[in-house]
Parts: sequence; structure tokens; C-alpha cells
Amino acid sequence: MSLSAFAALLDRLAFTPSRRGKLALLQAHFAATPDPDRGYALAALTGALDFPHVKAQAIRRAAEARVDPALFAWSYDFVGDLAETAALIWPAPNAAPNPAPGAVTGAATPALSEVVEALAGSGRGEAQARVEAWLDRLDATGRWALLKLITGGLRVGVSAALARQALAQLGGIEATAVEEIWAGLRPPYLDLFAWLEGRGAPPRAEAPGRFRPVMLAQPLDETRDLASLRPEDYAAEWKWDGIRVQVVSEGGRREIYSRTGDAISGAFPDLLDALAFEGVIDGELLVLREGRAGTFAELQTRLNRKVPSRALMADRPAGLRAYDILADETGDLRGLAFAERRVRLERLLTGRTCARLDLSPLVPFTSWRDLAALRGAPPEGEAAKAEGLMLKRWDAPYLAGRPRGPWFKWKRDPFLIDAVLLYAQRGHGKRSSYYSDFTFGVWTQSPGGGRVLAPVGKAYFGFTDAELKALDAFVREHTEARFGPLRQVRATPDFGLVLEVAFEGLQRSSRHKAGLAMRFPRIHRIRWDKPAGEADDLASLHALLARIERGPSAGVPAP
Amino acid sequence: MVRPASVLVPRPAGLYCPPADLYIDPITPVDRAVITHGHADHARPGHGAVAATPQTLAIMAERYGADFAGSVQPLAYGETFTRDGVEITLHPAGHVLGSAQAAIRYRGLTLVVSGDYKRRRDPTCAPFEPVPCHVFVTEATFGLPVFRHPPAEVEIARLLAARAEAPGRAVLVGAYALGKAQRLIALLRQAGHEAPIAVHGALERLNALYARFGVELGPLEPVSGLSREALAGVISLAPPGALTTPWRRRFPDPLTAVASGWMGVRARARQRGVELPLIVSDHADWDELTATLAELRPEEVWITHGREEALLRWCELHGQKARALAMVGYDEEGE
Repeated sequence: MSLSAFAALLDRLAFTPSRRGKLALLQAHFAATPDPDRGYALAALTGALDFPHVKAQAIRRAAEARVDPALFAWSYDFVGDLAETAALIWPAPNAAPNPAPGAVTGAATPALSEVVEALAGSGRGEAQARVEAWLDRLDATGRWALLKLITGGLRVGVSAALARQALAQLGGIEATAVEEIWAGLRPPYLDLFAWLEGRGAPPRAEAPGRFRPVMLAQPLDETRDLASLRPEDYAAEWKWDGIRVQVVSEGGRREIYSRTGDAISGAFPDLLDALAFEGVIDGELLVLREGRAGTFAELQTRLNRKVPSRALMADRPAGLRAYDILADETGDLRGLAFAERRVRLERLLTGRTCARLDLSPLVPFTSWRDLAALRGAPPEGEAAKAEGLMLKRWDAPYLAGRPRGPWFKWKRDPFLIDAVLLYAQRGHGKRSSYYSDFTFGVWTQSPGGGRVLAPVGKAYFGFTDAELKALDAFVREHTEARFGPLRQVRATPDFGLVLEVAFEGLQRSSRHKAGLAMRFPRIHRIRWDKPAGEADDLASLHALLARIERGPSAGVPAP
Repeated sequence: MVRPASVLVPRPAGLYCPPADLYIDPITPVDRAVITHGHADHARPGHGAVAATPQTLAIMAERYGADFAGSVQPLAYGETFTRDGVEITLHPAGHVLGSAQAAIRYRGLTLVVSGDYKRRRDPTCAPFEPVPCHVFVTEATFGLPVFRHPPAEVEIARLLAARAEAPGRAVLVGAYALGKAQRLIALLRQAGHEAPIAVHGALERLNALYARFGVELGPLEPVSGLSREALAGVISLAPPGALTTPWRRRFPDPLTAVASGWMGVRARARQRGVELPLIVSDHADWDELTATLAELRPEEVWITHGREEALLRWCELHGQKARALAMVGYDEEGE
């Protein structure tokens, strides 16, 4: 199997928008490609390969030497991607206008495994020479794939989680079973494929410091679930507004994983230092100052940095609020009931809690009515910053995936505002013939004194297929101006479409003209009946933002 | 000998030939015009007298109605007409059906205005004919060395493979209505695809015109006559603009392809939401442009439109005298 098959896969993945389509392409590739090439393809897609001896700038110089620096510069300017420019511009050895279809240019193309293994054993100069020789033998797609592979960042929209899902489909197993052993595997994954194809035993999972697949909660359906569940069977916790992480400290290895199993340790050295225990803890990553959680916006600035500066860490220190334990020095605890794990977690953290690490408290309650009251009006302090509540069955083991029943999330009601539709943009893939991305605004005073709409957010879900059709028709009928794929819709105090927008929170933002940004906005209802002039105004959104920032009693959503 | 710059002059309306008092491909109505081919940016209605190949005249009549010009003069390839001492001959340009280069001969000087052209084999039109000349006037739509179109047969094979992989999906191909669409159909037939091909209403008249001029297109059906279920597994052709209109919704889970030279650049294809970019162009790519200049070796190369700075640079590197005319009004994006 030559590099061309890998190149064709990357090419198709890059242009296939749907998750389902990407899974089908991956599964077909893994089924049809022999070892070890498929394993290296998997490694390339999941970012497990590194070629330190080949530098993008050296590739650029080699391409410039073959064409001309000025021609390269104009081309790069047009294409906008260095690897793609070099791949396209690289002269084919026999560039004839009418080559026979499928003609092989020069020698046969190298196998992916040949490329990976040869580069692993090469020094800098040798690696560069090898790459140039391969480029001479490949077609444009092959050259692009090779350069993307070795300069890092394939950008074909495949996450490690998606690749594992495709592997699970190949083996007819659950994705969590692949996640469970993932950290112990190494390219080219011969044992993994043997197992998936029923030719071998499951690869051993006991790699210390590995990620364990996480347990997720179902959203609570108040009317249905609360009627059938008994309060005494469940523990309640606040649902913190950070990101779910799994921290591991085992046999001297420490890691912080996102809930999909991506190692994010490098971004949080301050938290890593605090993991002075032996075990695996599930919890919420937050900006923590003296036991008080910062806002999600503050955490976001940390998430955006692969390596944080000292100043950023001092200003926004990361911490963990722990709520479950998956292993301790005695071994795996996932088979134990939550009640027992909670005891183990509290025991492990006794004497170890610190500024970087604390325990998520349980919320005592006796009836669902009590709990509903707490959710509606949480006590001042940390609880008021929570997104809602978590319910966990006392007797449930820790199960990978999203089983129905043991865990529920009971989020606070969203905030609601009435906004006016301003712009609509065509969607992608299935929605490419629909105006499905909507920008909406609220009223404010213009410098001249008139009422104008200030854009405050964008939403592209929350509506049904039938509502989308109606929205699309409204946009097409009431277009005032077009800017490429974007349409400006008629919106005045006397005419316009009011959208009831639901959102989870507001953040101050200097990047947005309105001075604020919404979290998770979606179209909650279309108010065909409401006059545009009666939609909300920017001043009331800023008042809400101020209430949210003050914390306590902010959790009172709009009716 | 006269100076070339007095035989052909770039003017806002188009390339003007003062001794014969006529324009080549003018973008606004003029008294006398020579039209190289039927694409709308080169062939506009409302001129006084128009000389062009019979195919181009037929295309203009089909698009604009029989009264698209005051009078017409059909010129077969190789045929010459003379006006005020200027001889004008049309030679095949290989771009679309009827496309021609205009060779202008005046007092011992030959200038060839190539119009749009390509050097590849195209079953729907006569191949480009190199004409020795003093001045070669070329376009540079794909005048960057990153534009290296693969053989069209390879792209057609990709299209057929994608169709075979997804039997339940409609295969919707965006292609320019004049030339590209018919070339794709002919190439599909050559690749052994014999099933009926469904076409958007905007293509029907031009398909029929091609058939009248003897281009075999095989069984075609209007999309409008097929049910949603019947469109699954069928290759349907439409102008690229139709792909994002409500018209698209009649197709079951459409796999969207676009056939254009611009599809060679990934960002361009992604911008347009194309799932299967097909790099099929009716324009010369970088290798064809430079190979043509190297083959003709004219005394001067004039570049009408496109990415002229890169082609000028190539001429400089290869000792070829060249100038850019920077003509506006010719649409490159529609390719």
C-alpha cells in the first residue's frame, strides 16, 4: 500500500463535512489497508508522530530553488498554506500536458511505513534529502499528504476520539473499550488491529498514567425522571462551570486529560505540581483562587495557551475540584459503588487539599422539592456560580460512556432574551441550501439618537427542520443586502423577526462591539407574533451581565 | 514594418484594431467585433457586425436570441476575411465548442489573440492549433505555478469511484453551462458511464446545440422529470450557482462535486462547501501556458488578464519579451 492511499484518505477526509462520512472513510481505510501502514495512518491522524528533523522552512527553500522565490511568494500568497503551496508547485519530473491517465511519474511511490520508518532513523540533512526525493516521485495529492504528515497538523477534521470511534466500529465494540487501552498503545498498533479483527487478545491496559474512559450524565427530564426516582438513592453535587478533566498520578507519571482523553498537562503545570498523591481523580478544572472559582472566561484564556506564561499562571491559577476517584494506591476502584468511591476520595484528599486542589462538596437534601429550591436559588458563595446540579446514584459503579439512570445533570434554566434577526448565512453540508446561521441583535441608541440594533450573538441550532424551512424562506423574502454567502435581513422597529434566544451565560468581551458575548446561544422559539420594536435592549443585557458577575442571586433567569 | 502597438490597442471596451476598425471580444456594444468564443464575458449582445465561428454564432443566438447583432459573418477555422488590408483568420483554441484564436495579419506582421485556450485533448472541441506569430496575446487565468491540472480522465475516475462508494446518494456536479458541462458528459461517456445523466434546465439548450454540431452526449434527462428516489445514484449536472439554492433540496443526500480549475486549491473548494472537488479546467494551466510560450517563441507576449505578474516573471526568467495589458471585464471566477 503506497502513500497514495493515505493521501487519498486525507484528501477525502478534508472535504467530507459529516461525522458519519468521516467515520465511514476511516473504517474503510483501516479495513482495506495492511499493517503496518494503517497503524501509521492512525498515528498520523491522532498526532502520535513527530518528525523533528524536517522543518517547513527547509521545504520552502527547496521549493523556491526549483521554481523561483518570486513565483513561490505569489503562489503562497494565493494558496495561503505553506505545505499545500510547496506540494502544488513542486515540479513533476516529466511535466507533460497530456500524460496517459494513471501514468506513474518516475519510480513507484513510497509506502507510508517506509516514510515514517526512514525519517525516524535519519538525521537532519539526510531527512531533508529523503523528503525531496519522495516529492519527486509523488503526484500533487501525495506531495500534499507527505508535507502535511511531516510538518505536523493534518487539519482534516479528525480528532483522536473520532479515530477511536472508527476503530470501535471496525471491531464491532464500544468506543470506551478502545479508549480504555488507548494510552498503552504505540504505533503501528499491530496488537490493536489483531484484537479488533479477532486475531489476538486485547492489548494490555496497565500502562501507568493512562486515561480511563469517563462516565457521563444524561440530562434530567424533570417531569418524567423526578416522578420515578427516589431521592434517597441519589447524591447531589453542584455542577461546576469549568471543564471536565481526569488527573492521573501513577508510578511517578502525572497527566491531565480532557474528557475525550487528550493530554492537556502541558498547559497546566501549576495543577500538575499539586498532584501529590497516587491515584486517578475525576473532577472539574477551574481557575481557583483561595478556594473560589473564577469565571469560565478566565479559564478559557488558560485553555487557549499550550504553554502558559508565569504571569498568566499567577493571574489565573488553575485548580481541580475533585468529585470522583477511579483508582488509588490499592488499584482500580471503578467497580465500587459511588458511596464507597466517595469515602475513598475523601480519605485520599484528607490533608492534601490545597489552593490547587479541593473537594466538591455534596449537597444534602431530603426531597426533590428541597433540591429544586436549591437549584432555583443557590446559597451565596461558590454554589451561586454553579451551572446547576449533578445527581449520582449512591450504588452505581463508574461506567464508561453515558449510561441512562446512574448520573443526571440538572442544569439551571437558561437565560432568555428576545432579539431581532439581523443577518443569515448559508450553512454547510446538508444545510448548504439553507440560511441556517443567524446573527441577532438587540436595541440600543445610535450616536444620532435613533434606535439601532447591536449584534449580540449568533446561533445555528435549537430549531426544528420545519422551523428552519420557515426561517430560510423569511430570509430569502426579506433580504436587504448580500455579502457573499451572508444576507442582511430587513430589521426596523416596525418590521423584523423576533427570535427568543436561550443562552447559558454572559461574558464581558472587548472583541464584540456590544461589549459582551453569550455562551451557547440557541434559538429557543421564533416569535412570529412579536413586533420587532418590542425586543430587548442592550442596556438590560448589560444589567444581566453585571448581575451574573456579582454572583449571588444572579442565577435568577428571565421568565 | 508597422509597430504591433499600432495594430492592436487595449481600450476599455476591449482589444481594438485601428486599421480594420474592429474589436476583439469587446465588453460593451461596438460597431464591429470578432468574437473568440461563446462565454458571456467574451461574447456580448448588441454589436453591429460580428465575425465568429459558426458554432460561436449559434451559441450567441441560443443565448441572446437570433437578433443578437446587426449582422453576422460566419468564419470557419482557417478561413480568412480581409478588411482595409487587415487579414483575420480564426484557428482552433481548444477551449469550448467553436472557440478560436484570432490571427491578425497586417503589413507583414502577425498577431494572434488566443482568447481563452487549453492544450489538452477535449472530445467536445477542436484542439488548439499553434500559429507562428510575432505577438502572442495570451490569458493568464491560471498563471501561477501552483495551477497544474491533473489529467481530466483521472478526475472523472475519482467522480465515478465516489459514486460507486455511495450508492444511495445523488451525485450533484456543478459545472459551467457552456463547455465544461458538455465536456464532463463526453468524458464520462468515454470512461464507460452509459447510464442517463440528469441535467439542470439551464444546460438543456446548450446540450442540444452541442448535439446539433455532432458532439455525442448519450442519454440525458431533465432533473425536473425525476423523482427524489430516482435521483439516487444518478449523476446530475447543474451550473455551480444552483448548488446552494433551494433547487438542491430535491436530491437525496447529495454528494456535491464542482468541476473547475480553482478546485486545485483546497481553501477555495472548502469555502464553497464542495465535498468532491474535481480539477477540470477549460483554461491552460501553468505548464500549458509556459509550454505554449516556449513552443511559439513569439517576439512579444501580451497578457490580457489573470495573474499576469507571475507569467511576466516567467517570461523575464526565460528571456521572453512580455507586457501586461491589464484588461478588465473578463471573468475568471466563473471557470
